[in-house]
Amino acid sequence: MTDPILSVRDLSIAYRTGRKESVTAVSGIDLDLYEGQSLALVGESGCGKTTLGLGLLRLLPGLGEITSGSLTYRLKDGSTADLLKMKPEQLRRFRWAEAAMVFQGAMNAFNPVIKIIDHFADTLRDHSDGKKQWTKAAVEARAGELLETVRLDPDRVLQSYPHELSGGMKQRALIALAIALDPQVLVLDEPTTALDLLTQRSIVQQLHELRKKFGFTMVFITHDLGLAAELADRVATMYAGRIIETGSARDIFYEPKHPYTAGLINAVMPVKGERPQLESIPGYPPSLKAMPSGCAFHPRCAFATDACKRERIDLDLLTERPLGMSHTAACLHHDQVRFQRKGTGTSTERPASIVESETADV
Amino acid sequence: MSETPLLKLSGLEQVFDTRKGPVAAVGGVDLEIKAGKVLCLVGESGCGKTTTARAAAGITRPTSGAVEFRGKPLTAMNAAERTEYRRSVQYIHQDPYAALNPTRTVYSTLTAGLKRHGLVKGRTEARAKAAELLRLVDLTPPESYLDSYPHQLSGGQRQRVNVARSLAMDPKLLICDESTSMLDVSIRVSLLNTLGRLRDELDVGFLFITHDLAVAKYFAWDGEIAVMYLGKVVEHGPTPEVIGNPQHPYTKALIGAVCEPDPDLAKANRSAEQLRSAEIPSLHDLPAGCAFHPRCPAFEPGVCDGERPLLQLASRRNVACHVVARDRAPAAADDRTLTFDAVPGLRRPEPESAI
Repeated sequence: MTDPILSVRDLSIAYRTGRKESVTAVSGIDLDLYEGQSLALVGESGCGKTTLGLGLLRLLPGLGEITSGSLTYRLKDGSTADLLKMKPEQLRRFRWAEAAMVFQGAMNAFNPVIKIIDHFADTLRDHSDGKKQWTKAAVEARAGELLETVRLDPDRVLQSYPHELSGGMKQRALIALAIALDPQVLVLDEPTTALDLLTQRSIVQQLHELRKKFGFTMVFITHDLGLAAELADRVATMYAGRIIETGSARDIFYEPKHPYTAGLINAVMPVKGERPQLESIPGYPPSLKAMPSGCAFHPRCAFATDACKRERIDLDLLTERPLGMSHTAACLHHDQVRFQRKGTGTSTERPASIVESETADV
Repeated sequence: MSETPLLKLSGLEQVFDTRKGPVAAVGGVDLEIKAGKVLCLVGESGCGKTTTARAAAGITRPTSGAVEFRGKPLTAMNAAERTEYRRSVQYIHQDPYAALNPTRTVYSTLTAGLKRHGLVKGRTEARAKAAELLRLVDLTPPESYLDSYPHQLSGGQRQRVNVARSLAMDPKLLICDESTSMLDVSIRVSLLNTLGRLRDELDVGFLFITHDLAVAKYFAWDGEIAVMYLGKVVEHGPTPEVIGNPQHPYTKALIGAVCEPDPDLAKANRSAEQLRSAEIPSLHDLPAGCAFHPRCPAFEPGVCDGERPLLQLASRRNVACHVVARDRAPAAADDRTLTFDAVPGLRRPEPESAI
């Protein structure tokens, strides 16, 4: 299969802020997602990653609006459909059955006054193709099966209210709910934020298993680069509403070519190896209302020259690869960005020894 | 060192009465913090980190055990000493969005305490002092922040205002309760660097609470880490020792769970041994013996589920683990090994500690 499962062209999303005012939260997104891939959208808060994630399913809140571009999905039956032209009823059938979302904050994503089983019942009845009668027994059987795939005990969980479950259990149940109708694309918004470290680890393992089993395509949104390294084949860095660098996970983590990406990676604290002196990226992300001219990153960038302030910089192809794995960066000075993971020396020689001792110890 | 610790917790216990009966959120914790040093409390949610910190800050009264500030127990302090203690120990909360009063400007927030303790006279002096505090936490120029309301600031800026507020009293000890966990990675590093500078320049001691060992390692490299699990300290020692050569299986699991921004390392990590259960037991119904045994990969029946392990010295730190304790006492281990080999597959060779 060489057709992308999801193809985004020149997508822009704006939020209305007043009677005739609006701010552009996301602009000029071009993205092709192929079957079975896992793409991480990374960036600081306010860079538009959640907006883009919601936009991919047309789930934007009332004030948000897709102002331009196209969103084409290849459906399960092989036909293609433009999401932006779908009518509400079509859209409802599309969501969950073709593409589903795991929302941010497992703690609050469930309705607190209905039981877990009823969440499953609602979803299955509302979003399925209407061919199957979802009786109470059918719902129970399907929900039980799904919960077992995420290693939860259906007898205990199905009849519980959300507050009776721990954070990790809620997150698992949420993932089980998202894959209830076997979607091809799963969008996960910050799937492990607010979870404990050990719970996070078990969710990560779970997602690996589910991907292996069901083979869905995954887009996940995170500000935690460690998590991206753990789960992604491809990474797209976002800054101020644009994608500024894309590439395979290895490109991004070993040879980032945009100073922002390099800065983000350098700000992650390693637990292994020596303690490095970390540097943060100076300043704060720009406000959407007062976007800097040219490259939006220039006020915080060490490489910035006058040319950076003049006009917008497009993604530059650095290494071409098939299936959207090309390494591209939107920086005039990408050839000057030399990245070295601090403190850990070269990142290839160290892990071997550490990993060895680890697997023996833990 | 014979010098009196800034803050000393001994045998600290905090039992909460609930409808389901008493819950021991903290069950006997002994810790010491010295001036200009960092003590990091690490653990999952519900392990009693925050309860410990609140007792240390004098916000709650512990059910038993003592909190001593400069050698003097809180309960024995007179009004003046208590005021002094209140001023010297400041608390920085986790959520920068909730910790600031939304109806007060930054200036008003920063000077409320100063005015309360009578440390400034008049508006000009208060403003100058507030500006100085903002400069201390790298919010420059201060004039552009002084009259802002919290909603006009970003999360990182708000947390800096929180830090500035706690510095207003010229504290000797800062208690940071997950103060960086809600911030973005790059903002987190810059805030930690600021806090580190304050520690070195102002000689402030820190009780730093986090669930992230990477943060603990970064901030407390010259200090100590105490790992808590279900109300007890299970491993306590100098940071480089605890992080570089963890002994307790729980500490090992925590370190293994950190996601590193390195795809190859992550792939190699995937095969690492997993905990036996991802769920943390309820405090209402603590497992017998070592509270970690239902999840522990090194669990050995008969050893771990009998008695509670005590904190014992093991390669330059204290560890509360039966398996570690046994493997460190070779004479005793010899005859026991026989017993355990009788249960096949359960005995795991424990590597000799590297040091």
